[in-house]
Amino acid sequence: MSSLNYETVARFAQQGGTVYFAVMFLAAFVYALWPKHREAFQDLARLPLEDDEDDHVGA
Amino acid sequence: MTAETQQQASPANAVVLQILMGVLALGALLATAFSPDPLFRLQGWIFLGAFVIAGAVLTIGIANGQFQNDQTKYEDGVVRAGVIATLFWAAVGMLVGVVIASQLAWPRIFYFPDFGWLNFGRLRPLHTSGVVFAFGGNALLCTSFYVVQRTCRARLAGGLAPWFVFWGYQLFIALAAIGYLAGITEGREYAEPEWIADIWLTVVWVAYLLVFLGTIWKRKEPHIYVANWFYLAMIVTVAMLHIVNNISLPISFLNHKSYSAFAGVQDALTQWWYGHNAVGFFLTAGFLAIMYYFVPKRAERPVYSYRLSIVHFWSLIFIYIWAGPHHLHYTALPQWTQTLGMTFSVMLWMPSWGGMINGLMTLSGAWDKLRTDPVIRMMTVAIAFYGMSTFEGPLMSIRTVNALSHYTDWTIGHVHSGALGWVGFISFGAIYCLVPWLWKKERMYSNTLIEWHFWIATIGILLYIAAMWVSGIMEGLMWREYTPQGFLAYSFVETVAAKHIENVIRVIGGLMYLSGTLIMVVNVWKTIAMPSSVRQVESSGPAAALSAQA
Repeated sequence: MSSLNYETVARFAQQGGTVYFAVMFLAAFVYALWPKHREAFQDLARLPLEDDEDDHVGA
Repeated sequence: MTAETQQQASPANAVVLQILMGVLALGALLATAFSPDPLFRLQGWIFLGAFVIAGAVLTIGIANGQFQNDQTKYEDGVVRAGVIATLFWAAVGMLVGVVIASQLAWPRIFYFPDFGWLNFGRLRPLHTSGVVFAFGGNALLCTSFYVVQRTCRARLAGGLAPWFVFWGYQLFIALAAIGYLAGITEGREYAEPEWIADIWLTVVWVAYLLVFLGTIWKRKEPHIYVANWFYLAMIVTVAMLHIVNNISLPISFLNHKSYSAFAGVQDALTQWWYGHNAVGFFLTAGFLAIMYYFVPKRAERPVYSYRLSIVHFWSLIFIYIWAGPHHLHYTALPQWTQTLGMTFSVMLWMPSWGGMINGLMTLSGAWDKLRTDPVIRMMTVAIAFYGMSTFEGPLMSIRTVNALSHYTDWTIGHVHSGALGWVGFISFGAIYCLVPWLWKKERMYSNTLIEWHFWIATIGILLYIAAMWVSGIMEGLMWREYTPQGFLAYSFVETVAAKHIENVIRVIGGLMYLSGTLIMVVNVWKTIAMPSSVRQVESSGPAAALSAQA
């Protein structure tokens, strides 16, 4: 396991981390813009308006 | 500890807590009895008192058959307690702020040589923790407990666990605050509490996470509303930051003092990784959650763009965590790490302004409410301050700008435009919404008092930050001024004397902001004392409509 030195770990963390974060962010971006989700998101944007302030658990 | 007990009735849960309190009280008693360290014994007495009181309350409650866990109702009791705690700590934290500002302005008058615990060095962390963690933390606790129940259509999970989180958090605040006055400190900014208080906070915070996750788990809505994402990011990240930054070795298990596991520049970077993300996740993500629920609710308008809110969330989360090194420009930290922190700070402009636009544009179609509803105005000004301070922050993180601004009052002004303008105003706005809902009143007691609060506090903020800009840039310029012979032109004390007037203006601004908070306390007090009304559940915004007429 002599190959597991600082340079190897650092390179893996830097390059792997960059790719991992970029892909994850793109996935979130695509999810947000996906046309199929439009309707669900429009409903969600109204979610705070639909609950009432009473303490009975709503349906 | 109690998250798996969502479905069962509370009493069993209460008995578990009661036994736990007994065991902890015994432990605190033994530790206090055997410790040779008076400061550790002080902490032991605080723990012991809290556990004994909690055990007694639980015993009486169980004997009287209280703590029923009615799943058809929301748990609003803990939210009401949180609202009161928020206002209490706001008044205390801001009062201490005015005291230390006065000590800076008039060191001869506000210096108390006979009372060492009233020294600036002891009071300053009391102020910062008091407003950030006691006021801000309670605002996050109570609003998150309210919002997660409404947007999931489910009662809080864990039976008595939310109450454990609430009182456990107050105990942490008491430990930290009394500790600072007594001289117990790790000396890490915004992370001053010593190891025993840190362990207690970890237990409380994990319970908070489990309550929040448990409630999301039982939700009746298919989607998790964006505000809950922001709250959850806040809870998870703060847990991570708190644990890593506080890895330390106590001198002994019966001594209050501990030393960090890190040394030198690693220690500094760990601290500012924590410190900046306390700003990013505690003071930003958590309060954005408040914005994403209370602004649409109060304006009676849907979120401007839900898509933007998702992109806002993920970009903020990805970028913020890297910004910490900008606190360590021109230090032993490697240059590339400083540049990395600076670059990510500048990138933060985009999610910050995306979020600001999303918040402001939610008012489209309801702009008239800016004129008629001071609560909407307060939240709008909060979002504007969010935009302004998140523009200023990246600017100050640029190394050459930081060369001028670092260690000066400019930083203090920047922090306060974020804290007073953004965190304070969005919290006040949420509480003005919550109080009539929680105590079943038609409206707040006085709309006029909300107007007074708004204007007196807004002018106070402007005085505060304008004074700090002037004194900060002035002292920054004086510190770098050389004589033709190459000597520094000013001694340090000359730069202190030069900003006396700005320090006085700061006291006035802070006093005005505190006055606004006290007006709010009176208004909330009077509202709670008003006769309860049977509220019309059908029409969604009677409070807004009525307060507009008042």
